[in-house]
Amino acid sequence: MTPLLELDGVEARYGPVVALHGISLHVGEGEVVALLGANGAGKTTTLRAVSGTVRKSGRVLYAGQDVSRRAPEGLARLGVAHVPEGRGILAELTVWENLRMGAYVRRDRGVKQDLERVGGLFPWLLERKGQQAGTLSGGEQQMLALARALVARPRVLMLDEPSLGLAPIIVQELFRVVSTLNEEEGLTVLVVEQNASIALEISSRAYVLEVGRVAVEGSSEELRRHEGVRKSYLGY
Amino acid sequence: MRIAGRAGGYAALLVAIAVLPLFLGTFRTTQLTYVGAFAIALIGLNILTGHAGQISLGHGAFMALGAYTTAILSVNHGVNDLLTIPLGGIVAGLAGFLFGFPALRLAGVYLALATFGLAIVVPSLAKRFDEFTGGTAGILLDLPTSPIGGLTPERWLYYLTWAIAAVLFLCAILFLRGKTGRALRAIRENELAAVSSGVSLARYKTLAFGVSAFYAGIAGSIYAILSFIVNPGAFPIDLSILLLVGLVIGGVGSMLGVLGGAAFVEFVPLEAGNVPAKVIDALQRVGLPVSDLDPTTAGVPSVVYGIILLLVIALAPQGVAGLARRLGAATRRFYSRLIPTNKPGTPSRREA
Amino acid sequence: MVAVTFTWGEFFQQVVFGLAIGAVYASLALALVLIFRTTHVLNFAQGEMAMFTTFIAWSLITNHGFSFWPAFFVTIGIAFLLGAGVERIVIRRFEGGSHLTMILVTIGLFVIFNGGAAWIWSPEQKDFPSPFSAEPYSVGGVAIARQHVGILVVTLISVTVLWAFFRFTKAGLGMRAAAIGPEPSRLLGVRVPWMYAVGWGLAAALGAISGIMVAPELFLTPTMMQVVLIYAFVAAVLGGIESPVGAVVGGLLLGLGTTLVSRYVDFVSSELELPFAFAILVLVLIVRPAGLFGRVTVRRV
Repeated sequence: MTPLLELDGVEARYGPVVALHGISLHVGEGEVVALLGANGAGKTTTLRAVSGTVRKSGRVLYAGQDVSRRAPEGLARLGVAHVPEGRGILAELTVWENLRMGAYVRRDRGVKQDLERVGGLFPWLLERKGQQAGTLSGGEQQMLALARALVARPRVLMLDEPSLGLAPIIVQELFRVVSTLNEEEGLTVLVVEQNASIALEISSRAYVLEVGRVAVEGSSEELRRHEGVRKSYLGY
Repeated sequence: MRIAGRAGGYAALLVAIAVLPLFLGTFRTTQLTYVGAFAIALIGLNILTGHAGQISLGHGAFMALGAYTTAILSVNHGVNDLLTIPLGGIVAGLAGFLFGFPALRLAGVYLALATFGLAIVVPSLAKRFDEFTGGTAGILLDLPTSPIGGLTPERWLYYLTWAIAAVLFLCAILFLRGKTGRALRAIRENELAAVSSGVSLARYKTLAFGVSAFYAGIAGSIYAILSFIVNPGAFPIDLSILLLVGLVIGGVGSMLGVLGGAAFVEFVPLEAGNVPAKVIDALQRVGLPVSDLDPTTAGVPSVVYGIILLLVIALAPQGVAGLARRLGAATRRFYSRLIPTNKPGTPSRREA
Repeated sequence: MVAVTFTWGEFFQQVVFGLAIGAVYASLALALVLIFRTTHVLNFAQGEMAMFTTFIAWSLITNHGFSFWPAFFVTIGIAFLLGAGVERIVIRRFEGGSHLTMILVTIGLFVIFNGGAAWIWSPEQKDFPSPFSAEPYSVGGVAIARQHVGILVVTLISVTVLWAFFRFTKAGLGMRAAAIGPEPSRLLGVRVPWMYAVGWGLAAALGAISGIMVAPELFLTPTMMQVVLIYAFVAAVLGGIESPVGAVVGGLLLGLGTTLVSRYVDFVSSELELPFAFAILVLVLIVRPAGLFGRVTVRRV
């Protein structure tokens, strides 16, 4: 079976600084895959390489199709939702307008149902739909970003550090929603996390990046027992 | 070595400026005198925009202040017109200094807008207060005369202007060297960082505005004496725009680029109309069926001048001076490749 | 000081005229705001683009047998394409340039459109037909020019249409998103570069409306819009340069204010109208840099 998303020898740089030295990884349909690693290991850049927001060489395949040369908006139209670092909330728009922006790529008539479905996942969103998104708390903004991505009905959801700066209870809630969507609807997820323990809990497989390379890969089960991963990222 | 070379270059330039009128008629000499006046204005604008990073679209207004000072003092009060030149500078400089205070609170496009407004307002003020300024008709000055026997008035003004330009050029270099120059450039790079390292914005911004306007005022005074008439029409917004454009074409921040910029200010609006004719001529010679164009057609010079401006910004964002620098660096590289030298005693640079 | 005889009838006429001319300032100011919001460029060429398209309308009417309203709508379409084309062909090349660079680029465009109009249509002044009859309305015995009411109505309709586009359509939402956050918008599938072009196109179309509306009041010449542009700048700053509502209200207030002041305050003759507006500009910039409607934002280091 061909994976839904595949990176093959992807390199990327910011000016003179090389961020990725040939990353190869794959994400199968319906999988939750975690990307772990220290600051500066290239996790965020890997997601950006997929969505096309960084200059890169190497190949990115999506559903068997080479998408290396596509612009970010093109990838979004193909069904790859990227919730970027810092969440990418459009602060001056209302909550509702942000949600509608999630449906920007949709051409079909099911948008209304999806907005309702998302409202079912996060009921408070609909209660506060007239509020300016910039006035939400950090946790609420992260939920809104996730909800907005889901309105697009993506095949692949890429989350960049969703737990960053959030209270543990909110992190739990966030990942509960992601797991549910994966189990019930078969949503494919690629998640970048610093919080390795929770990431390994919800993912089936994971990659550990070190200075722009894949250092370790394997099932999350294996990685939890892996000595190096345990010491460096799980802290015991 | 480099300093000696630079001094030699300046000396050669001075000699060239000194002998040039001997080969030119009165018309061309006067044109070059205007170039000198514009060069003075541009040195001032370069201090403000090039070094302190404050955009001014209103330097024509300061020139107008200098010009009106000269006209009013020399015609209505019988002051010797040479004496009015520094006075014109001082009046404009004071105005610039005062304008610097509101400008303190403005940055970027807002400052550009405020100065743009200044350039619009000053001519209309001149029209309104006609008891001092002669209204739309303006003030007619005496024809310039030469105090030195055997020197034509045109050449006298030429040498006077360029001597003033040379002195003010030197003053600007001394002004920009050392603490003041560093403070101005710090403001240009990052205002907040400059403030947090102890640069007083109020002091240096108003100073930059004042000094810059002083230069423009001097240029305006000379401009008045040269054209022996001062009226609102002589200082349209186009002049202010042209000055900024000249600065950019010459190379923002470069003191020598100012000369190229001044030549641009004087010649391009006049000569731009001839460019299409030459292009058409060349195309016709290649055999392309292009119809002739009357160079006096209205609007043609503007279109050419606008296109030149866009091309320069696109292709040579550092202006003529930057282009020259790049060429110079390229030739130096070329020669150093020919003569591989191992300079002993040159400390290796260790900068992060 | 006030030596002018005052009648309520004339005052009412002045108010209508002030609002009409203010509506012209407002639509050009709105065009400036639109471009400033989407691409952070202060477009010094906005007035000249408006003038250029007004010449196109004039040419359609006088040389190509169009009647007024068809020419009006065709010109708006052409103006949209022109604005979008300018963004795609010229502005894009300088994207991310310094304030100085962008100001000079739009000044280059200013010079080109100004020269281009003089080149194509000659600089002589031309009469521009008015679509409104010269027969005035009579309101309680006071004659109100149809022309002035017409300008006000047409401008307010176009501003409302534009507002509805941004408020209620998906494309309008996408444009607002692109202006607020280009990066996240791209990730959501918005073709941000095209949105910029559309922004410039809409601004040029608004400018064309202001030009066509004001041309019968003035004469059509290549310099017609220069003074209007300055008032539009003042109106935009008055409203806080990023606020569309502010630009419209600012334009109307400015038109009303300058008209009444130059009519009833002796000292401010027509020559001083512009310095008066400029004084307002500097005052607003100093006292309330964010304008009457803008929010003060904290400058990031």
